[in-house]
Amino acid sequence: MGVTLNNYLLVSGLLFTIGFAGVLLRRNIIIIFMCLELMLNAANLSLVAFSRFHLGSNGLPDYNAQILVFFIITVAAAEVAVGLAVIVALYRARQTTHVEDINNLKF
Amino acid sequence: MALPWIILFSPLISALLILFVTKGSRTLSGYVSVAAVLISFVASLAVFFQADPTAPNQFLWLDFGNQLQVPIGVTIDKLSKAMLLVVTTVGALVHIFSLGYMAEDEGKSRYFAGLSLFMFSMLGIVLANNFVMMFIFWELVGVSSYILIGHWFTKNSAAAAANKAFITNRLGDFGFMIGILMVWVASGSIEFVKVSQTWHGLHLNSLYLAAAAIFVFCGAVGKSAQFPLHVWLPDAMEGPTPVSALIHAATMVAAGVYMLCRVFFLVEASSEAQNVIAWIGTITAVMAALMATQQNDIKRILAYSTLSQLGYMVLAVGLTGHDAAMFHLFTHAFFKALLFLGSGAVIYAMHHEQDIWKMGALQKKMPVTFITFLVATLALTGCPGLSGFFSKETILGTAFEHNRAIFWLALGTAFLTAFYMFRLVSVVFFGLGKSDHASHAHEVPPVMKYPLVILGVLSVIGGYSLFAGNFLTLPHEEGHGFVTLLAIGAFAVGAFAAFAIYNGKRQEPVQIPFLSDLFANKFYIDEAYAFLIKWTQDLLATYVAWFDRWVLDFGLVRSFFAGGTYGAGLVLRFLQIGNLQAYAFMFGAGVVAFIYYILFK
Repeated sequence: MGVTLNNYLLVSGLLFTIGFAGVLLRRNIIIIFMCLELMLNAANLSLVAFSRFHLGSNGLPDYNAQILVFFIITVAAAEVAVGLAVIVALYRARQTTHVEDINNLKF
Repeated sequence: MALPWIILFSPLISALLILFVTKGSRTLSGYVSVAAVLISFVASLAVFFQADPTAPNQFLWLDFGNQLQVPIGVTIDKLSKAMLLVVTTVGALVHIFSLGYMAEDEGKSRYFAGLSLFMFSMLGIVLANNFVMMFIFWELVGVSSYILIGHWFTKNSAAAAANKAFITNRLGDFGFMIGILMVWVASGSIEFVKVSQTWHGLHLNSLYLAAAAIFVFCGAVGKSAQFPLHVWLPDAMEGPTPVSALIHAATMVAAGVYMLCRVFFLVEASSEAQNVIAWIGTITAVMAALMATQQNDIKRILAYSTLSQLGYMVLAVGLTGHDAAMFHLFTHAFFKALLFLGSGAVIYAMHHEQDIWKMGALQKKMPVTFITFLVATLALTGCPGLSGFFSKETILGTAFEHNRAIFWLALGTAFLTAFYMFRLVSVVFFGLGKSDHASHAHEVPPVMKYPLVILGVLSVIGGYSLFAGNFLTLPHEEGHGFVTLLAIGAFAVGAFAAFAIYNGKRQEPVQIPFLSDLFANKFYIDEAYAFLIKWTQDLLATYVAWFDRWVLDFGLVRSFFAGGTYGAGLVLRFLQIGNLQAYAFMFGAGVVAFIYYILFK
């Protein structure tokens, strides 16, 4: 019994859930940021899995999904650069990285 | 084929010429206008001696397929030929008279441009061969009448009178428009010839027939100043006197009667409408005659007399005597224009004094004016042998045959007519000079005198079938000796009573309590209208203000829009809790809800 698409999707879903739970529950903004990356990579994993199991009529995998994964990795890298810069600037301004301390925009 | 168009457009060209070229030269403007009306007159004569054309003389103006076709075209038949001659003859004489009357006026150019525009519109009504074209010229007549009544617009009363005339006419015209629409809806055509051929074959509901005829009659009520829209005509006397002669005696106010004769097939089709028309005419005739007995302004007396005579014509139409109505219109145009021009001459000689109690003893100082005025008075009051006698008698004869109540009222009006006209004559021309102006009055210049003489001649001969029969279809004479006797009796009694009461008096000798006031104040109809309008307007304003304040301002704007926006903001602000993770949770929950909706709805 080999590894099926469902196994990959299960792992991807677990990773996504863990990431989402981390975004919702953790207080440290850096950890939240890492969890966000986890969610992105969960999506990447499922995309690669779809690519692997969705063969075209010529027997080759669907490369569209893999191209999309590279695209996501690139954007995520840029996002990390910007995001970390924002966090550093935020820390310099507020001396904290805890999200519950950053709530000035409530009514 | 071109002649009718020359008749129609020569006054328009004159009006434009005066407006754009000769405005600066008052003398030249007068001559241009007179020349134009003379061209129309000569062309009318030429048309009169031509045979009726068989082919329609028209071109298509608006074409909406089978639904509606509006041509611009001319009707040439016995009716329009006679009316053309009446309008251009009286028009030409009034234009010439105006050269003298308005010689010193600052706005002489404007005045003659207005007269020319009026001639154009009036001839348009006469020549129109369909309802839409007639309606267009109908409105144009209203406009030019407005311009001419308000000629001395710096005088408040003149400006107000012009407004009153225009607005009152609009009321009637609105009905006319509805009537035209009803005719078009039922018959699918607006050409007189086509509608008159198909109207009887349509087998319409009698209510529809009556409504169509009465709505069309509304137009005549406005233009011919019938009760209850008669109020504008006496006030229209604020205009220059020749205008009163042309517009408010001989032509414009006769347009209503002419129109009724033109669309007589509508009236013929509904006996209910005939009743309404006959009674409106009768009421107008009697009421106006009563009012005339207590007026002191020479022009106003004549205005009420015009109202009364128009009432006569309308009642004749209502009693299916449209030939009699046209006959009376024909004779009335001459003697009433003469009366107005004569009063114009008197006013001119009196240095614009119009109160009859300041005149007197003018018969020696202004012999020509006096004699022509007397001739016109005798014609109007129905003295045997003069034009008015014949036409009035045919109307009385028609009334005698169809409706006795109306006959007796019309006969009473004939008596009153003789009474108030001889009151006017004896106070103005006989007795003593009651002011300095009256003692120093002298005869008017020839340019004013000769139109009077020509109209005087026409007033005498206008009623003889030898003369009038050339122009009109004269009503068939039944020969009611009884009616003739009564008519002569009414004339004689009225004339002698007035002469006996008023000769040599210095002020109003007749003072009947209540009634005198009632007649002098025109039955308080103006006051009633003013009250009614003020009352309805106040009532309407109160309700509209309430609606605006509470429903629109408070209900809709303040409560619904402003309150709703404020309340929505108030609720939604609770979502702004400032916690990043709460936002993320809501976002996630939203995505889950969305997916749930897509997959499991």
